[in-house]
Amino acid sequence: MTTSTQARPAVRDAAHKRTRSAKSSVGLGLRMRRHWQLYVMLALPLIWLAIFAYWPMYGVIIAFKDYNVVSGILGSPWVGLKHFDRFVESYQFWRLIRNTVFLHVYELVATFPLPIVLALCLNTVRKKWFSRSAQLITYAPHFISTVVVVGLIVVLTNPSTGVANRIIGLFGLGPVDFLGDAGLFRHLYVWSGAWQTMGFAAIIYLAALTSVPPELHEAAIVDGASRLRRMWHIDLPAIVPVAVILLILNIGSILSVGFEKVLLMQNNLNLDTAEVIDTYVYKIGLASAVPQFSYATAIGLFRSVIGLVLLVVANTFARRFAKSSLW
Amino acid sequence: MSAAGTLPPDERRLGGGAPIQDTRGDKIALACIYTALGLFCLAILYPIVYVFSASVSNTKKVSAGEVWLWPVGFTLDAYKAIFDYDAIVSSFGNSVFYAVAGSCVATVLTLLAAYPLSRKGLPGKGLIMAAFVFTMMFSGGLIPTYLVVDQLGLLNTRWAMILPTAMAVWNVIITRTYFMVTIPEELVEAGRVDGCSDFGFFWRIVLPLSKPIIAVNLLFYAVGQWNTFFNALIYLTNEHLFPLQVVLRQILIQSKVDPSQMPDTSKLAQLKELQQQLKYSLIVIGMIPPLLVYPFVQKHFVKGAMVGSLKG
Repeated sequence: MTTSTQARPAVRDAAHKRTRSAKSSVGLGLRMRRHWQLYVMLALPLIWLAIFAYWPMYGVIIAFKDYNVVSGILGSPWVGLKHFDRFVESYQFWRLIRNTVFLHVYELVATFPLPIVLALCLNTVRKKWFSRSAQLITYAPHFISTVVVVGLIVVLTNPSTGVANRIIGLFGLGPVDFLGDAGLFRHLYVWSGAWQTMGFAAIIYLAALTSVPPELHEAAIVDGASRLRRMWHIDLPAIVPVAVILLILNIGSILSVGFEKVLLMQNNLNLDTAEVIDTYVYKIGLASAVPQFSYATAIGLFRSVIGLVLLVVANTFARRFAKSSLW
Repeated sequence: MSAAGTLPPDERRLGGGAPIQDTRGDKIALACIYTALGLFCLAILYPIVYVFSASVSNTKKVSAGEVWLWPVGFTLDAYKAIFDYDAIVSSFGNSVFYAVAGSCVATVLTLLAAYPLSRKGLPGKGLIMAAFVFTMMFSGGLIPTYLVVDQLGLLNTRWAMILPTAMAVWNVIITRTYFMVTIPEELVEAGRVDGCSDFGFFWRIVLPLSKPIIAVNLLFYAVGQWNTFFNALIYLTNEHLFPLQVVLRQILIQSKVDPSQMPDTSKLAQLKELQQQLKYSLIVIGMIPPLLVYPFVQKHFVKGAMVGSLKG
């Protein structure tokens, strides 16, 4: 990832010169033999990578076959794009796409700016004890497991005993069965996510803010710039490159929303908006009595490929217009 | 941490003297920021405090809606019921095992991958790095991974919880960056001149210098392992191997309480009565281990996250 485009070329050139001079004096084979111990160290991680990352990638070819356990991956007959056609034509298709995209876009639009605002605020606070404790508290939910967070939602929004319903009851509303309402599922998912991740997500921006030279602030103060103006014109530009990169990554994962949490929050009442591509793949592939391995793999592959394409497109745009990109 | 830990620029400039007087607009802005941050912290704390209070309150008071913030009618019955429920106790032990074993395996793999990839001029380094990074952008997906685990015969073994998700490429990148920053090329040269092999250098120089990043890796992986439930859901069907999160899911979300898990049937009626209460206390039990560790390691976590973000 290149965040600072100006600093890199100089460093890279220097490194290049050094390695080139090293290359000319020592041959490739010799350098490889000299470092054989480093390759030995890499062996275990590479074996792991081959087995658990690249072997499944090879296994993806069952999306183009009618996989059955007896004939195995190689022996099963090829069927071309049959499973993809079936998915695109199925009545589930548009519902899954709509749910997945809506959920992710809503999450992105609603929660992406929050950590930025939080980081800017934390950075402005002068009282050390205050910002310390604010950070300690806001990071904490990040360490709570998804199961427990969903458990929290379940007990707090319970229509008869949950405290959320008693609170809205004070205003004469409710009781509402939050988890049983398909219309509320997205809000619940997105805002509980904000509750959990916003603090920790701010860390990366706080880190970027440490690189702001204090002289900029000093000069601005002398020029009579107000605190808000300094936040806007000095602090914010410092975190834009990081924000762009995170945005690209987010767009790349637009079809793969927080799958564990969606699965945990699902029930028969909210399935209409809560069924997303990944949970559907899990259900027809592993959770069903008659697992359809090939069909489920095809749907999963469909999602991965679109994600990859979106990532590349977003990256190209960012490189052209925002001048910072992943590669 | 250090972002907000250092003095704000306007105070630093005056070397401890009186800071420049804020204008009225600035004062209002600051007041708003403090208020907003304060409210946000309260919004984060309230559910946690409430659940804790409810878990130690009298069941009837909780159902009657008398608990708002502090416990009403203090009792530890719900916690006693947890210790009578076999599945919770045994799965707690399983989770501890998975977290410890999983984080050790993963950390060793990560260090072994990160160190060679941090060395300048290692032939093939770019290619290997690309092979790692590509897996962050594209993966075989759920079913093919499941089939691999199946073919390896790992289904329903403890290995299925540890191996498939052992290494996180993100951690490899962070660790590699740490090595590149803290182990200068001159040190490597000096080691070579003194006749130190790569193994010896890694063992005697690099590892002792890398305690913070080792700690960060162990903790990242341990917390991740503690919190994961999906691997168990797809790879395990044997109840004796279940981690805590799966049992939590059954009781908290699916409201399944299995009577056979209570050896003492006389307590069964009591359990039924306590079921709602049990959920509150279980949430507390599920939250406590990571939250207990967290304040002690917060600094390391933050450092780890920052190293990766700045140099990534």
